[in-house]
Amino acid sequence: MKKTLALLLAVCMMVAVLAGCGGNKETAAPTEEATAPVEENVGAENAGAASGTFKIGGIGPMTGGAAQYGMAAMTGAQIAVDEINALGGPVQFEFRAEDDVNVADTAVNAYNTLKDWGMQVLVGAVTTTPCISVSAEAYNDRIFCLTPSASSTDVTAGKDNMFQMCFTDPNQGLSGAQYITENFPDAKVAVIYKNDDAYSVGIRDAFVGAMGDAVVYEGTFTEDTQTDFSVQVTAAQAAGADVVYLPMYYQPATVILTYAKSIGYAPTFIGVDGMDGILDQEGFDASLAEGVLVMSPFAATSTDELTVKFVEEYQNRMGQLPNQFAADGYDCVYAIYNALQAAGCTADMSNEELCDALISTFTSDSFSYSGLTGQGMTWSTVGEVTKLPMAFLIKDGVYTTP
Amino acid sequence: MKKLSGLKKTTKVDFATYLGVTLAFLIVYYRLQRGGLTNAMTSWLVPVCCFIVMAVSLNLVVGISGELSLGHAGFMSVGAFSGVVAGMSLRGAIPFTPVRLVVAILVGALFAAVAGVIVGVPVLRLRGDYLAIVTLAFGQIIKDLINCLLVGYDSKGLHIIFNLGKKTVADLHLEEGGVAIIKGAQGAVGIQKMSSFLAGYVLVMVTLVIVLNLIRSRTGRAIMAIRDNRIAAESVGINVTKYKMIAFVTSAALAGAAGALYGLNYGSLVSSRFDFNTSILVLVYVVLGGLGNIWGSVIGATVLYILPEALRQFADYRMLFYAIVLILVMLATNNPHLQQLAGTVAERFRGKKPARAGEGGQSHE
Repeated sequence: MKKTLALLLAVCMMVAVLAGCGGNKETAAPTEEATAPVEENVGAENAGAASGTFKIGGIGPMTGGAAQYGMAAMTGAQIAVDEINALGGPVQFEFRAEDDVNVADTAVNAYNTLKDWGMQVLVGAVTTTPCISVSAEAYNDRIFCLTPSASSTDVTAGKDNMFQMCFTDPNQGLSGAQYITENFPDAKVAVIYKNDDAYSVGIRDAFVGAMGDAVVYEGTFTEDTQTDFSVQVTAAQAAGADVVYLPMYYQPATVILTYAKSIGYAPTFIGVDGMDGILDQEGFDASLAEGVLVMSPFAATSTDELTVKFVEEYQNRMGQLPNQFAADGYDCVYAIYNALQAAGCTADMSNEELCDALISTFTSDSFSYSGLTGQGMTWSTVGEVTKLPMAFLIKDGVYTTP
Repeated sequence: MKKLSGLKKTTKVDFATYLGVTLAFLIVYYRLQRGGLTNAMTSWLVPVCCFIVMAVSLNLVVGISGELSLGHAGFMSVGAFSGVVAGMSLRGAIPFTPVRLVVAILVGALFAAVAGVIVGVPVLRLRGDYLAIVTLAFGQIIKDLINCLLVGYDSKGLHIIFNLGKKTVADLHLEEGGVAIIKGAQGAVGIQKMSSFLAGYVLVMVTLVIVLNLIRSRTGRAIMAIRDNRIAAESVGINVTKYKMIAFVTSAALAGAAGALYGLNYGSLVSSRFDFNTSILVLVYVVLGGLGNIWGSVIGATVLYILPEALRQFADYRMLFYAIVLILVMLATNNPHLQQLAGTVAERFRGKKPARAGEGGQSHE
C-alpha cells in the first residue's frame, strides 16, 4: 500500500512540475510566444471580427531532425500575422501552426486538425514530402496553399491551388549552372550532393543536366554519412575541380569547408539557398566560409528597411538571425494578405470561393509581390514563383554582392 | 452458451479479440458514415489499421518466436513501394479501385515475404542475437536501395533502373503520358489515394486470423517450444530453422501488406519514413501492449499512434507528454501492486461472467 501511495505521490509531483513548466513559459520566456498563436490572437480576433478575420493554418516540422526549418518558417509567418493584426486594418489574421515532424502522414493529420479548427488558407507545408501529401488533400478540399519552402516540382504538379514562395529545385540548379557558365567559363566543376534528400537530388539533376561535360566529379553522401567528407573532397581535388557546387543545407557544408581548408584545397565553393545560415552555425569558424558564393533570395545582413525590421523582430523572438525559411514564411503571409485585399475577399466566404479568388489573383498579370525574398515576384499558373536569384559573396563574415 | 464456456481459455480470448476489433470498427464506421468524426480523427483511421497490422506481425517474431527484429519497418518499406508500383501501374489493367488495392496489397506482401526469406535463410540458422543485428542493417540497406531506385510506367510496361550515381528520371525514357512512379530519393509521388478504413479493417482481421491461428496450431506450439527451450525442442525433432522461418516470413509478409495499405493512403512516400525510428516505434507498441499478447498489440498500436495526435493541444510539449506517458505506462504495467489489483479484478469478473474475461481485460486497458 505504501508503494502505491508513493507512486501516486510521484505522479502528483510530476504533474505539479509540468504545470510549473507551463507557467514558466508564459512569464519567463516571452520570446517563445510565437508558438502559442491561438491565445495570442484573442485580442486581435475581437478587434477584427466585424471586418473579417481569416484563419490561416501553418504546417511544418517543429520537432525532430528538420525542426529548425519548420520553427523558422512558422515564426516568420507569425511575425507577419502579428504585424498585420497590429495595423488594425479590416483584414485580420488568426494563425495556428501545427507540427508534422517532417513525416507525410503526420502532416496529413496536422492538416485535418487545422481543417477542424476552420482553416481557410494554408501556409505550408514547409518540407517537400509532407507538402506533397498535404497538397493532394488540400486539392480535394479546395483550400488555397502557399508553401514557404517545399521546392520540388511535384508539390505543385497537377494542383491549381498550390503555390510556392521558393524557387523550384530544377530552377535553382539551372540558375546555378547559368551563373557558373557566365562567371567561370572553362571551369572544372565538382558536385557533392546528398542522395537521400529530394531537395539536393532535385537541384543536382538539373544542374548536372545543364553543365554537361564540365562536371568532372560527383560525390554523394546521406543523412548517416554527413559527418565525414574526406573521400568526396579529396576526390574533387584529385579531379582538378576549381569550382565545387554544394546543393545542400549548411550543416554538411560546414564540414566540407572545414575539411577542404585542412587539406589546403581552395576552389570556389558555390552554395544554394539552403546554404543560408552558415555564418551563424554554432561551433563553425565563419572565416572558413570566406569566398563562398551563396545563391539565395534572402540575406539577413541586407540593409534595406524591411529586412532590418524583420531581422530585429526575429532576433527578439528567437535569439538568432533569421534564415531563408523564416523570410519565406513571412513573405507567404504578406503575399496572401495582399492577394486577399486585391481580390476583395471577406472572411465569411467559403474555402472554395476563397481558393478560386486567390488562384485567379495569384496568376493574374497585375498581381506581383515584393518582400524579403525578392522584388516583383509573380506566379505562373503552375504555381511556381518567378523571381531573380541573387548571388552573395561571403566576405569579412558578411554577405556582399560580388 | 454451454458450448462457449466449454472452449479453451485461449480460444475465448481470440474470439473476444475478433469481437472487440469488429465492434470497434462498427462503431467508428457508423460514426464515420454519419459524419460524427472530426477530420483529424478520420485521417487517423487508415494509419492506425496499418500500425495494428505492423504491431501484430512484429509480435509474432518478438513475442511468439522470441527473436528480436529491429528492421520491421524495412519490410513495411518493401511492401509500400512495391504496392505503390503495382497500384499505379495496374491503373489501366484493373480500373476497379478496390480490386487494384487488394492486388497491390498482395504484391506488397509477396515482395516483403521474399525479402523476409532472403534475410531469414542465413540468419535464422544462427543462435543468439544475430537476427537483431541483421534486421537492423536490413532496414538501413532497404532505405538506401530504394533511394537508388527509379521506376516509371508507360504503355510499354514498367521501366526500372537501378541508379548508381549518374542516372535521373530522364534516363527511364518514358513515352508521352508515362509516369515516373519512384524517383529515387524523392520517393514515390503523385500516388492515387486508394486505401480506405474498410480495407484497413479487413486487413487487420485477416492478420489476426492468420497470426492467431498460426499461434494456436501445431506449428505455433513448435515455434513457442523453440522460444522457451531450443535444445529441448530440437531433442523432440523440431526443425528449428524451419519453424523460425515460418514465423519470420509470415511476419514480413504481413508487414509488407501493411506497408502497401499505408503507401496507397498518401500522395507521397519516401524511404526515410521507414527508418530505424519507425522500427523501434512498432517495437514499442508491441512491448507496451505485452510480448506475445496479440490483443495487447492491437490496443498498444491504436493508443500509441493516436496519443501524439491527441496531444496536439499541448503544442510544444506534445512529444514531452508522449514520452512521459510511455514511461508511466511502462512503470504501471510492471508495478506488482497494479498487476495484483488487475488480477483481482479479472478474477472477480471471471467468477461472474466467464466468457467475457478477455474483453474485461481489454476495457481495463
